[in-house]
Amino acid sequence: MKIVLTTASPDIESEIDPRFGRGAYLLVVNLEGLEWEAHPNPGVNASGGAGIQAAQFVTDQKAKAVISGDFGPHAHDALNMGGVSMYLYGDCRTAREAIESFKEGKLRQVGAPTKSDCDHGHRA
Amino acid sequence: MIIAVASGKGGTGKTTIATSLALALPTPVLFLDCDVEAPNAHLFLRPDFEQNQEVGLLIPEVDEERCTFCGECANACQYHAIAILGKKALVFPQLCHGCGSCTMICPEQAITEKLDVMGVLESGTTKTGIRFGRGVLNVGEPMAVPVIRQLKKWMESEPEQNVILDASPGTSCPVVATVRGADFLILVTEPTPFGLHDLRLAAQVARELAIPAGVVVNRENGAYPDLDEYCESESLPILLRIPYDRAIAEGIAQGKNLVEVNPGFIQEFRSLFMKIQGLCKH
Repeated sequence: MKIVLTTASPDIESEIDPRFGRGAYLLVVNLEGLEWEAHPNPGVNASGGAGIQAAQFVTDQKAKAVISGDFGPHAHDALNMGGVSMYLYGDCRTAREAIESFKEGKLRQVGAPTKSDCDHGHRA
Repeated sequence: MIIAVASGKGGTGKTTIATSLALALPTPVLFLDCDVEAPNAHLFLRPDFEQNQEVGLLIPEVDEERCTFCGECANACQYHAIAILGKKALVFPQLCHGCGSCTMICPEQAITEKLDVMGVLESGTTKTGIRFGRGVLNVGEPMAVPVIRQLKKWMESEPEQNVILDASPGTSCPVVATVRGADFLILVTEPTPFGLHDLRLAAQVARELAIPAGVVVNRENGAYPDLDEYCESESLPILLRIPYDRAIAEGIAQGKNLVEVNPGFIQEFRSLFMKIQGLCKH
């Protein structure tokens, strides 16, 4: 099973990045062998729709779950439609810690956007 | 002649100047309130609205029967307003700018466009014979530009007609969309550091768009040499000075424009218009 995490640097030992659409890296991890690949977040400098772009990336990777600190309404709708489950980092500080917690079923799953707005102005 | 009225800083008196100028001009006059987020010129010109039309953007609608989920539309969209998520297509109307790229690029012709209503255009005539038009952006819609563009198109002017465009405050896209294509830009300012600061920004817009501009100083209350020095250094002519006057404030509070408060202003605004005509000839 493939999952994606938002991280501060391109490494499985990296600290987490709590932002989804504007997090620095998207770490794609295969849970079975813990093989991983880090991709710069395509939406990090987007003027708008960063969360959607990141969600597009996650679904294109055919990941089943994504872990981050926050999911805005657009990202939430896109991931939801793509059939990707969303989980929150909670107290986890590093990607590896979050992967372990995820495997143990300790992370909180998200059923609705965790914040009402994104970090800049646009329509609604 | 098309005259746009802008200011940079809000509350300097754009609408006061624009409506008073409209009343002093020889007919036919067309007045467009392009401050679609907070239109208020109708309060001073009191038109009878006779026509209206819904406006918005054409946003994509994906036919999932025809869609092969190739993702070319999502790649083409600069605003990430459309996403292909596995075997689903998702459109985010609030991010869409209505450019039509997705519709054009779709190899399956699976995308059609439908109108996403953002506001309404209204037109009518005032008792003094001014043709009046305004756009009203729906509450919660942050993109004013499409409504302004469509207002200007909807109320297309005759070549010999004098047109007054009342812009919103600031110097961002709605102001640029309003003043673009104008023959002259009146910059209304107040003699305060804040007024001057934003006048500088507004003057840069005029320069960038290569529109000749001049300044109207409103609520003048004694000398403010910084403003005069700035205008001189930038070769921005000061075309009219309106005093800080309690009678004017009282009149405005009652919904009167300057020429109603004091008919002597008709002459002042006619001479303002003649100065502008002179400046446009050069």
